[in-house]
Amino acid sequence: MFRTALRNVLAHKGRLLMTMLAVMLGTAFVAGTLVFTDTMGQALRTQNSKSYADIAVTVSDSEAVGRGYDHGGRTAAGPTLTEDTRRKLVTLPGAADVRGVVSGFAGIADHKGALIGNGFSTTGTNYVPGADGTDPRYPLVAGRGPKDAGEIALDTRTAEKGGFKVGDTVRVAVNGPVMQLKLTGTLHTNDPRVTAGGSLAAFDTATAQQLYLSPGRFAELDVRAAPGTDDTALLAAVRQALPQGDNLKAKTGRELADEQDRMIAQGTRILSTFLMGFAAIALFVGVFIIANTFSMLVAQRTRELALLRAVGATRRQITRSVKVEAALVGLTASVAGLLAGIGIALGLKALLNGPMDANLPDGPLVIAPTTVLAAIAVGVLVTLVAAWLPARRASRIAPVAAMSSSEQPATQKSLRLRNTVGLLFSLAGAAALAAGASGKEVKLVGLGAGALLIGVFVLTPLLSRPLIALFAPLLRAVYGTPGKLARENAVRNPRRTAATASALTIGVTLITSLTVVGASVNKAVDDSTSSDLKADYTVAMQNFSDLSPEVAAQIAKAPGVSAMSTERSVPVTIDRGQDRGRGAGDGENEFLTAVDAATIDQLATVRIREGSADALEQGKLLVSSGRSEQARYKVGDVLAVTYPDGSKGSLTVGGVLEANTALAPVLAPEAVVGPHAQPGSGLEKVLVKGTNGATEQLKQALRDATGGNPLIAVKGEKDIKAESRQAVTNILNMMYGLLGMSVVIAVLGVVNTMAMSVFERRREIGMLRAIGLDRLGIRRMVRLESLLIALFGGLVGVGLGILVAWAGVRTLADDLKGITTVVPPLQIVCFLLAAAVIGLLAALWPAHRAAKLDILDAIRSE
Amino acid sequence: MSFPATAVRTGLAAARATGLNKVYGEGETRVVALDNVSVTFPQGEFTAIMGPSGSGKSTLMHCMAGLDTVSSGSTTIGDTELVGLKDKQLTQLRRDHIGFIFQAFNLLPTLTALENITLPMDIAGRKADQAWLDRVVDTVGLSGRLGHRPSQLSGGQQQRVACARALAGKPDIIFADEPTGNLDSRSGAEILSFLRNSVRELGQTVVMVTHDPVAASYADRVVFLADGRIVDELHAPTADTVLDRMRRFDAKGRTS
Repeated sequence: MFRTALRNVLAHKGRLLMTMLAVMLGTAFVAGTLVFTDTMGQALRTQNSKSYADIAVTVSDSEAVGRGYDHGGRTAAGPTLTEDTRRKLVTLPGAADVRGVVSGFAGIADHKGALIGNGFSTTGTNYVPGADGTDPRYPLVAGRGPKDAGEIALDTRTAEKGGFKVGDTVRVAVNGPVMQLKLTGTLHTNDPRVTAGGSLAAFDTATAQQLYLSPGRFAELDVRAAPGTDDTALLAAVRQALPQGDNLKAKTGRELADEQDRMIAQGTRILSTFLMGFAAIALFVGVFIIANTFSMLVAQRTRELALLRAVGATRRQITRSVKVEAALVGLTASVAGLLAGIGIALGLKALLNGPMDANLPDGPLVIAPTTVLAAIAVGVLVTLVAAWLPARRASRIAPVAAMSSSEQPATQKSLRLRNTVGLLFSLAGAAALAAGASGKEVKLVGLGAGALLIGVFVLTPLLSRPLIALFAPLLRAVYGTPGKLARENAVRNPRRTAATASALTIGVTLITSLTVVGASVNKAVDDSTSSDLKADYTVAMQNFSDLSPEVAAQIAKAPGVSAMSTERSVPVTIDRGQDRGRGAGDGENEFLTAVDAATIDQLATVRIREGSADALEQGKLLVSSGRSEQARYKVGDVLAVTYPDGSKGSLTVGGVLEANTALAPVLAPEAVVGPHAQPGSGLEKVLVKGTNGATEQLKQALRDATGGNPLIAVKGEKDIKAESRQAVTNILNMMYGLLGMSVVIAVLGVVNTMAMSVFERRREIGMLRAIGLDRLGIRRMVRLESLLIALFGGLVGVGLGILVAWAGVRTLADDLKGITTVVPPLQIVCFLLAAAVIGLLAALWPAHRAAKLDILDAIRSE
Repeated sequence: MSFPATAVRTGLAAARATGLNKVYGEGETRVVALDNVSVTFPQGEFTAIMGPSGSGKSTLMHCMAGLDTVSSGSTTIGDTELVGLKDKQLTQLRRDHIGFIFQAFNLLPTLTALENITLPMDIAGRKADQAWLDRVVDTVGLSGRLGHRPSQLSGGQQQRVACARALAGKPDIIFADEPTGNLDSRSGAEILSFLRNSVRELGQTVVMVTHDPVAASYADRVVFLADGRIVDELHAPTADTVLDRMRRFDAKGRTS
């Protein structure tokens, strides 16, 4: 039977082409993902081990690391790493050298004052000259390292982007006004944060300490070992020498590199899982096409298979021959898919390093044996699973069918069982969806959506007739007989039409639901921004780090400002005693947001649900409804708090607020809690109301007040809305791109079905040509059928997508106040149009073939 | 033995071929399917074309019906010369002036019997002549089954639908290719009587290719083809005279 199967594959090469392409694309997605993430992971790890190569032991101060982002919100309690500590470590036996490191962020402005690179990946550090006067971490490309507070060195790419040359003045800012520094040199770095769109600014150590910590303090001490020193012994010595404190951690460079390796592995695993999800969707779409093809092939070969049965082949042998055929198809396509996947990985790398400017580290392509196995196993398995039902059907062909006429069996097996199963699934899915939507259970919604999708797919044959009939009058009126024939053909084999359309439905459902959720989120953000925020402008750091208090002071003095308030985060611990059934003493952490009690109601809409609107002015707290439920704060509660400066006090909950996106969960009057906070810390945002509203002059005045810091964003209502829209658009575009593969596979499915149908119906086509339908008519008939199938798939997809999106939006109701389902009509129409275009394009080749058929050959064919 | 222009009788010709040649292939594989064939099918006559397998009888029909191209010569339907017509013009000619009946019925399974019958007119965008249509449907005896689909009809009934389809548009000529080939003898006889009646009573012109002497006996005239040439014709044939004539081909075939 193996030989029969092989012969069949070879004989039906053409008819199997689309199926093979579908499997190939699916496995290419899998292989591409694996190869790409492995390659990237390997390159990152190689680079990682290089960057820790010369560090034997490293000591870090957890209270100082990342201080550039978080200016003293936390209480500094432990010992610090100072120049003294550093000197002490140098004298340890085996230590060759100790480098004190300080790091944070630093925004570099271009000539127009705009930030170079991505705000979240700007990095700043201290330049530590070694014995030769250069810092081995950052090899000099030009000039020299910075030596005093007026100097700076930049990584070469940032210098290039800004058009800076050694000797130029560079505008740099941390969290306060811009500094004008002289560029002394350009550096080379492999830090992935920098190479992937960030920037690196190197200051001399004293300046960096001033900017990020405090004079003489380091965030990290890196110990280099003398040759022949045992890292572990050195680590022990370092631990001995260090002052005692939980915030100081010593590790060997090897440990640190391993830690980083684990993080890289985790990162690539997340990326790989994410991409694999889309690969799975693509393969799922492929299943429909494979199943369809094998069903058609089995139906076309009914007589041949019956003949095999008649001459003595057992059912099992027939089934096996179809399965072997499927396995051969799967294997061939998977191998091609593996190769294509490697190509995709190469292309992706080139794309990211080229036009996308992501500058991934270089490294060899990694094709792991597991990748090869996984891609081939997935391709073969998917094909086998998809061909399972057709194979079973083949075995049921009675030997007597060999003797019957060549006519295709016109009677269809009843769809009753199928419809019952589909209906049950759909109902269960819809019920779960509704329950999940009302109970805001994301998991239940997901489960319901899945069951509903499966149910509807099972029901598609039933749906095909009425939905396609919708178009019948239009088709007849515009296209006459070809239109009518197209419609009849589209519903003549409901299973085939359903499987073809379903492949497209999957993609359209996902795209529609994402689009609807996106539009709903946009609308909700727009609405809440309009209704919640009264301030004309908000001023905040682009990377969500804290503003310098100087910025607030400057804004208060800016012309055209009628009211302003800072939003300052003050971490406190609350001792709730034993009355809440919790252990006393430990306390709970809470972040108070200190605002100006007098002006806040001019800057944001303060809607009181319970309690007093004057709470803040009375020195009490205002708590959001969400936080009040979560932490069980009630109006009148008196909270015993411990402030960051160690002092204790009591605060009363004065009111509960309706949800407001512009306000933090727990508001406190600045006048009461401000004095107990770390001086100059926690300034998250400044809200500003203008005398004349939101004007360009005010915006410029605020920009001036920030000292031109490119990292500080001054945003009006419009900017906030646009930013949110942009974020949604970016996510959607990425998803659309990743779902593109499934749509391409679905298109192949339509091509496949139409080509097979034309092949099966060539005698009819010959007859139609003989009795007077011209080539255009034939072409139209095929194209319109394809159009109908695609539109049908699109319609079901749009409907399902909107339903799933509705449920999804309901679950978001807690996070986005007032979110309602928004169906953007234009986009939905575009999706349907796209489905129609897909249908027409998919039919180009089959229609051409149908029109080209030789009448006499066609009529004579069996 | 040859029968050239003598076969052409007076009266208006529904279709006529003059000096028709059809050659397939080249060089070694060259096959002459039609060798200088001239024949006329007068209006209102039922003609059968007979001949052994490979004699060219189907090729002759296909060429004269505009389904196949000719190598040289001329062939007309009514006043229209087919040679030199473009595909679109040929299609329209077939649609508006020619009816077809095939051996394998060739109905569209998705359409009802009535829809199949009116298909050529629907394609042309013409309205059927209702009185004529009723008469045709009545004659073929399908009145009660017009709403059925082909799969619900027997072979004989399907072929009657095909006959009605060929007749419904009042074509100038109907070409039938082995119309009884897939039928049992009783159904076949029904179809043949029906074709004869459509000529006698409805004034149609029918040309039928067959290898069955009984089928040929329903025709007014039988034209015999052998090796791509017209070799004989019989008027008012009976099954016996046709069979007799056919036997002579066989005998000649064996002795030569």
